[in-house]
Amino acid sequence: MLADQPRAPAHAETMGHPFAPIPYTVRSVVLETPDTTTLVVEPHGDQRIPSSRPGQFVMLYAFGVGEVPIGVAGGNAEGQLIHTVRSAGKVTQALTHLTPGDTVGIRGPYGHGWPVANARGGDVVVVAGGLGMPPLREVVYELFRHRDSFGRVEIVYGARTPKDLVYYNEIQSWRRRDDVRLQVTVDAAGREWYGDVGVVTTRIPDCRFDPPKTTAFVCGPEIMMKLTAQALVERGVKPESTWISMERNMKCAIGLCGHCQFGPSFVCRDGPVFCYRDLAPLLAVREV
Amino acid sequence: MGEVRVGGQYVLDRARFPEFLSALSACGYDVVGPTVRDSAIVYDRIEKLDDLPVGWTDRQDGGKYRLERRSDEALFGYNVGPFSWKRFLFPPRERLWTAEKVEGSFVVRPEPTGGPRLAFLGVRACELAALDMTDKVFQGGPVADPGYRARRARILKVAVQCGQAGGTCFCVSMGTGPGVRSGADLVLTEILSPGPHRFLLEVGTPLGAEVVARLAPPLSSAAKDEEGLARGIVERTAGSMGRRMDTGGIRDLLRTNLEHPRWEIVAARCLSCTNCTMVCPTCFCSSQEEVPSLDAQAVERWRRWDSCYNLAFTELHGTSVRKSGLSRYRQWMTHKLGTWHDQFGTSGCVGCGRCITWCPVGIDLTEEVAAIRASPGTITTKGGSR
Amino acid sequence: MTEPRASALAEALRNHPFFAGFDTAFVRAISAKASDQRFDVDEYLAREGTEAGLLYAVIEGKIALEIGSADRPHLTVQTVGPGEVLGWSWLVPPHRWRFDARAVKPSHAIALNGDVLRRTLRTHPKWGYEFMVRFMPVLAERLENTRVQLLDIHAR
Repeated sequence: MLADQPRAPAHAETMGHPFAPIPYTVRSVVLETPDTTTLVVEPHGDQRIPSSRPGQFVMLYAFGVGEVPIGVAGGNAEGQLIHTVRSAGKVTQALTHLTPGDTVGIRGPYGHGWPVANARGGDVVVVAGGLGMPPLREVVYELFRHRDSFGRVEIVYGARTPKDLVYYNEIQSWRRRDDVRLQVTVDAAGREWYGDVGVVTTRIPDCRFDPPKTTAFVCGPEIMMKLTAQALVERGVKPESTWISMERNMKCAIGLCGHCQFGPSFVCRDGPVFCYRDLAPLLAVREV
Repeated sequence: MGEVRVGGQYVLDRARFPEFLSALSACGYDVVGPTVRDSAIVYDRIEKLDDLPVGWTDRQDGGKYRLERRSDEALFGYNVGPFSWKRFLFPPRERLWTAEKVEGSFVVRPEPTGGPRLAFLGVRACELAALDMTDKVFQGGPVADPGYRARRARILKVAVQCGQAGGTCFCVSMGTGPGVRSGADLVLTEILSPGPHRFLLEVGTPLGAEVVARLAPPLSSAAKDEEGLARGIVERTAGSMGRRMDTGGIRDLLRTNLEHPRWEIVAARCLSCTNCTMVCPTCFCSSQEEVPSLDAQAVERWRRWDSCYNLAFTELHGTSVRKSGLSRYRQWMTHKLGTWHDQFGTSGCVGCGRCITWCPVGIDLTEEVAAIRASPGTITTKGGSR
Repeated sequence: MTEPRASALAEALRNHPFFAGFDTAFVRAISAKASDQRFDVDEYLAREGTEAGLLYAVIEGKIALEIGSADRPHLTVQTVGPGEVLGWSWLVPPHRWRFDARAVKPSHAIALNGDVLRRTLRTHPKWGYEFMVRFMPVLAERLENTRVQLLDIHAR
């Protein structure tokens, strides 16, 4: 499906209570890095969340511990969902220690995803930093599925070290395609790494695209997105064609709890994907 | 019994006020209204007339709140206290759901919504505006809060037009009061003199009419006299506001002054105590917490009020986005007065003055706005460039 | 005898983005004592602490810049590729390499002689100025990238 994706409120009304998670069973677990795990989950019973669009997120719930917002990295018609979780607090620690057969809760999907359809007819550059790759994974497949609708496709993936790259084997398979150009770079590496070394922004000048006709999807830590967006704009990509995915503390995910405010926006409801043009002034202010 | 119509104006004698309370009960409402507790006027269950703050008033200023005796027996001769009505629609602590483990999975049971029908007695004009704002927050977006919506649907609002302005009041600046324009089921104006102690009672909705119709013998219609007196009372109150705020272009003023040096000055005073957010009738921030049973077989999910002044409020990956007190005060004020417009189409401030009164160091947002307005955009470097 | 080779190198240099559009006489002047070099994977273009008398104009391949010490593994902090230049120690006393430069792909570079470069730049200040105007942004960019690296943008 590649319908136009209007920036209208996402239909987040799930069945029943908006805060009640739906049980899902963990199907498989992949250890991506020492602290990052990919979970494939499927509905436990009849209930499932509505299908999501690339860039949306869900609240992932560990029974008795709590819930955290996690981007949707993939899904299928059977209701299976893919989530990549880094252990950083008690909830994510519980989630990364799950094994097949365990139960999690999910509510969502929430927010606005990447406006992939807006990029049709032009070139696309996808820039991921570290764990910014999972929320962009479905964008890549959306581009692959409708490859003829887009011009050149450039994928840039940066991480701190080679050990921090997720979906490594899968990404190597993208490299074999002749209709996509992939650059993978790390901030620093040992001798075992024969790839590029340099911060992700250093790869932008090498990207091949027609800047005024390019749409950029950038996801990673905020500082990485800000520097990348600046590098893209310096190359002539329009700020209004540059999209970033913001991260803030989210508790309710539906704009009721106030935690995720970023200036005038509720990141959960108005984002998490935003147009860089709209956010650029606030990204320059400290502690917004 | 004469027909009670919406828009009708009646006279309710002070002596018949207990009957009015009974009529509210007879219509199926539990009455919640002002009462004196812990040296303050708070909102709680009202069973009888004596529960009301008869003959009490409140004296307020930055960081100051004192109850004082009045020289009369006014029932509503005060302004606003530390409570606001939001606590009855959006409780400080609320269970959202419970869940228990069942055969390798879990079952979630949402908390039943509903509860008693409540009559809010003594809702000020600014508080009616605040209820409109929380309505927009909790039930105006794509997803409504089920608890708020269920409780909100069971509320009768009995407003009281203010007969005096408090020391920290500025509803006139915010365009919310002191006169009640709409949104109330019934509107009272307390007339202490001349003439006997009585109330002008205006019927705003059919629900309100139902209450008035219960009174027997029927209330007499108001004369021009009472209407004029009520108008005079509201005008006098409007003319004696304790504070004022110039709201012209305030959203852009704040948006373009996020790095104004004034923030540092106010941040040096702010204790991040969260008082202003707790007393504010529109602050809506909350957190959710998971409360597991001892055997970990069941959990309860609770929601409780939270505040943007708490360090953990913006916790992200083990640190906080807003670490400094400056950034937290700025978030509160710019949200309340500025970005609220972007989010909900109105200001988030009703001019009730609670945040000024209950700030332990007397920080006054009207003063802060004036200071920024006096020297906007004063970010410069020593080199002189902007 | 070296003339034909030097002019072939000068031609290759003029096609290198860093030297493109430069005065032909300048490019010819600095091509004196220059050499065309090819490196297999894991061959070094520079070793830390050794005399640094070269500026590499990279034409093909990928070179890793590594730093470290005896007590910890060497770390690659940057890779340099086609169209870029490598090395400024020929300009900055005491003219010793500050890092190891190792080919991580089969690489091809023109190695310019530092003595020739310095002499040319000194005796032709106009060329010297233009060279610096081109060289400075390379240093500024490396400095900026290093700062971004310092930010540790992937840290949470």
